[in-house]
Amino acid sequence: MNNDSFRSSRRQMLKAMSAAGLATGLGLPAMRAGAADKLVVGVIYVGPKDDYGYSQAQAQAAAAIKKMPGVTVIEQEKVAETTDVQKVMASMIEEDGASLVFPTSFGYFDPHMIKMAEKYPKVRFAHCGGLWTEGKHPKNTASYFGYIDECQFLNGVVAAHATKSKKLGFIAAKPIPQVMRNINAFTLGAQSVKPEITTQVIFTGDWLLPVKEAEAANSLIDQGVDVMTMHVDSPKVIVETCERRGIYVCGYHADQSALAPKGYLTGAEWNWLTPYTEHVKAAMAGKPLDNFLRGGLKEGFVKPSAYGKAVSEAARKQADGVKASMVKGEYVIFKGPLKDNTGKVVIPAGSAHKQTDLALEQMNYLVAGVIGKA
Amino acid sequence: MDSGLGWWGVPIAVLGGALRVSTPFLFVSLGECLTEKSGRINLGLEGVLVMGAMSGYAISYTTGNPWLGVLAAGFAGLLLGVLHALVCNLPRVNDIAVGIGLMLFGTGVAFFLGKPYVQPKAPTLPAIPLGGWSDSPQIQAALQINVLFVLGLALALLLHWAFRNTRWGMVVRMAGDSADAAKAMGYSVSGIRLAATAGGSFLAGIGGAFLSLYYPGSWNEGLSSGQGLMAVALVIFARWRPLACFWAALLFGGAAALGPALQSVGITSGYYLFNATPYVLTLAIMVVTCSPKRTLSGAPGELSVTR
Amino acid sequence: MAPQAITLGPVPAATPGPSPSGRLRGAAEAVLIPLGALVVAMLLFGLFILLIGKSPLEVYGFIYKGGFSTSFAWQNTLARAAPLILTALCVALPAQAGLIIIGGEGALVLGGLASAVAGYQIGLSGASPAVVQVFMALAAMVAGGAWIAIGGALRHFRGVNETISSLLLTYIALALFNHFVEGPLRDPASLNKPSTMPIGEANMVGMLPDLDVHWGLVYGVVFCVIAFVLVRYSTPGFALRIVGGNVRAARLVGLPVGVLLIGSCVLGGAAAGLAGMAEVAAVHGAANASLIAGYGYAGILVAFIARHNPLAIIPVAILLGGINASGGMLQRRLDLPDATVLVLQGIAFMTILASETLYGRFRLFQSGPQK
Repeated sequence: MNNDSFRSSRRQMLKAMSAAGLATGLGLPAMRAGAADKLVVGVIYVGPKDDYGYSQAQAQAAAAIKKMPGVTVIEQEKVAETTDVQKVMASMIEEDGASLVFPTSFGYFDPHMIKMAEKYPKVRFAHCGGLWTEGKHPKNTASYFGYIDECQFLNGVVAAHATKSKKLGFIAAKPIPQVMRNINAFTLGAQSVKPEITTQVIFTGDWLLPVKEAEAANSLIDQGVDVMTMHVDSPKVIVETCERRGIYVCGYHADQSALAPKGYLTGAEWNWLTPYTEHVKAAMAGKPLDNFLRGGLKEGFVKPSAYGKAVSEAARKQADGVKASMVKGEYVIFKGPLKDNTGKVVIPAGSAHKQTDLALEQMNYLVAGVIGKA
Repeated sequence: MDSGLGWWGVPIAVLGGALRVSTPFLFVSLGECLTEKSGRINLGLEGVLVMGAMSGYAISYTTGNPWLGVLAAGFAGLLLGVLHALVCNLPRVNDIAVGIGLMLFGTGVAFFLGKPYVQPKAPTLPAIPLGGWSDSPQIQAALQINVLFVLGLALALLLHWAFRNTRWGMVVRMAGDSADAAKAMGYSVSGIRLAATAGGSFLAGIGGAFLSLYYPGSWNEGLSSGQGLMAVALVIFARWRPLACFWAALLFGGAAALGPALQSVGITSGYYLFNATPYVLTLAIMVVTCSPKRTLSGAPGELSVTR
Repeated sequence: MAPQAITLGPVPAATPGPSPSGRLRGAAEAVLIPLGALVVAMLLFGLFILLIGKSPLEVYGFIYKGGFSTSFAWQNTLARAAPLILTALCVALPAQAGLIIIGGEGALVLGGLASAVAGYQIGLSGASPAVVQVFMALAAMVAGGAWIAIGGALRHFRGVNETISSLLLTYIALALFNHFVEGPLRDPASLNKPSTMPIGEANMVGMLPDLDVHWGLVYGVVFCVIAFVLVRYSTPGFALRIVGGNVRAARLVGLPVGVLLIGSCVLGGAAAGLAGMAEVAAVHGAANASLIAGYGYAGILVAFIARHNPLAIIPVAILLGGINASGGMLQRRLDLPDATVLVLQGIAFMTILASETLYGRFRLFQSGPQK
């Protein structure tokens, strides 16, 4: 290192030193004082917030509420579902003055968020996906979630029109209720067009395993699957693999049409801005927390991606019809008679589960026509 | 393609998987083989692989040329290799521990610098279709070969030949088998190991570029699921023979495809266990072939792992 | 090959010098060299921060603030240090015998699984919470100890390299863990987070009095002290260090090399298993995928920085816990990515390892004439 650069780096050091003095000495109290008249919102992600999927959908909403006047957003990504997340929530509250926290991963709910909510009763906690229960969970906690199975049903309708082999593929991380509800809705959507359609499922075992997801896609395609969808944290790899192998794909979490200009049919997207806005507005107005917030297409919690050019006129018409009926709140996806893929009747004839039915959030079966084990 | 292959799909998927998934294993194991032949183990190739994947993707995106990305990945790996070698050249520094440190460092830097490249779509490497003779789209897809795979095979042959027949190869092996002998001949053992570690890491970096630029073909933080670490086990498994590294890499690739392939024909229970096949396989083979009585045949004498 | 000349392990902890002043000098060396290396690491990290256009001093300031400035920050730090202390022992104890075991993650998750099953089953019988907790701890230590013992046994009887085998065993352990948690042992009521049957609120281990840190921290500290006494002052501990120094010599003296090698693995594995039990009993209340949090890998780092000295593990784990705790503040205040902390840890690890070469180089720390 020559002398000049040493000197200049030293100068930079000095400059840095004074900047640090400002930040640590003055910056913090200013922030604290600001917390009184500004709502500080903490958002916690389980993955990187630019994952083209789950965390990104949440981060997009966070970025939008950041623009609301009087709102400061602080974010932390890749927070493990351990004591880590408890400490992160506490830090946001104690160190940054957050009074509304969005822990966005399912595993943050119990015991982590519950524990922190008991410790900080004045702070509001809004959790994504949890099953908030009156009397069991603290009043200052809430859960929000969207009926994305409506969009997966629409995916299925469009997929049924596109498939020639009548074999659809679904790549999923783990067999849990949220995932099984999507697999079932996708299959039922397809079967509403062509009842003989089957869906082959592959569980990869974890939420982000790019090589395994690509292998799963290739295996399914080798088995004759010609339309694919998925429920993993980052669908990018699967969408790209389908495009490369020349089959159709329906997206998930966010809009992936740019990744597969030829084969992207449509997709199931979150629109978290709706629940985020509601919680932020309630917190600013001092209104009580809405402990159980759910919504589908009608309420604007979820939305389908725009149709790709491969979607036929007939498919568009039928899917738009179903969508219109869903928006009116008339369409029921899970209704009897419905059998699971072992032949057992899971919903008897004559009964129907509306979207708000909590039984659907505990789904533990795969419907007839799904090849795979729950 | 209105009908699937049924049970035939399993061997085809395993074959296709072997050709698709094996290349990173191949490059990292050849790199590790080179390093270990010189008498040093670099457990940090996992970090090198991730760094290579990130820098390859970033350069391919900024320049629009995936081959420049491959080159950049190699050089990023080379730098990390030099770092490993320089630290290990200090007396009494443990190479395995430094490898673990390098893994952490390489991964950290790659994640740190890689943030802006998760979203953009970089140009990826082309494939050579070798399945044109077949009518089956499945076979055609399985036989899409990447140039890097061919390059890896050529490299395995080259290393196999060079270790035996070139002066350079013999010097490396001598440094690995007996540092004293190499010193007596007037060679700098640390210099040789520096070169071998740097070269090995160059290859591992290219292995990373394959992940981000061909299969699965994008950059994100979960891209490597321990391929770099597995490759170290693979070298022992292959008894430090470059050609055996090639077959072992194919085997590992095929094993990785087995789990999804079985699920796709309806064997759906126990997928975690199927997915662990490569690890069980390696361990089993190590148990069967190792012996407490003698040195592993082919093991470099100076290597800490085999002592 | 027979473990005749195991030299890959670290130099066994510096043998005490002949005189009290020599001992003091040795201790000073053992403290000052790593501290010096840490200072160098901080400077290098500062350079990195400078290169990406942020202020290093600001970053240092937030690391101090987020990790060590207030009692809240300290609790944050200690909570994160707790599991690392135990997983570090899983590396440090076998290292006394010259083995490099990197499979603590596997022992942790299997220990957690065993303790969850034991806690649920014994809880059903209506035993008191204390009894349940004791059995949970025992189950975890047996499971973890047995798992790491495989690595030691393969080394001793088959000459399989323990570093590689313990790594492979970790992958296998994770597969087994996931299989059981999501399959045969899954609580049907655990919906979107597959878990084993809950051990029940009553059987949970609580928090330390007046602290927001669970009892796992105390388990770790106690285990470290016991391990230190065992290694330093007991006859088996002495024998273990002979094995670590020179297996051939150990055999000549007639030491039971196999028992010592495998025994050190059992103890180390038991420590990691106990870390899993603490996660289940004090945090999650059941075994689920949250146990796979990388504590086992972080423990490797802690053990090497502590040069496998069981007592030194405690401050090092706290230091690392503090860095992890402050990572949040770096993200929230400076908008730095989460990987910042990884970079700092990587640099620190490399410099501290490089500083190994300095031991015995400084006249200041030597009591007698140098050889």
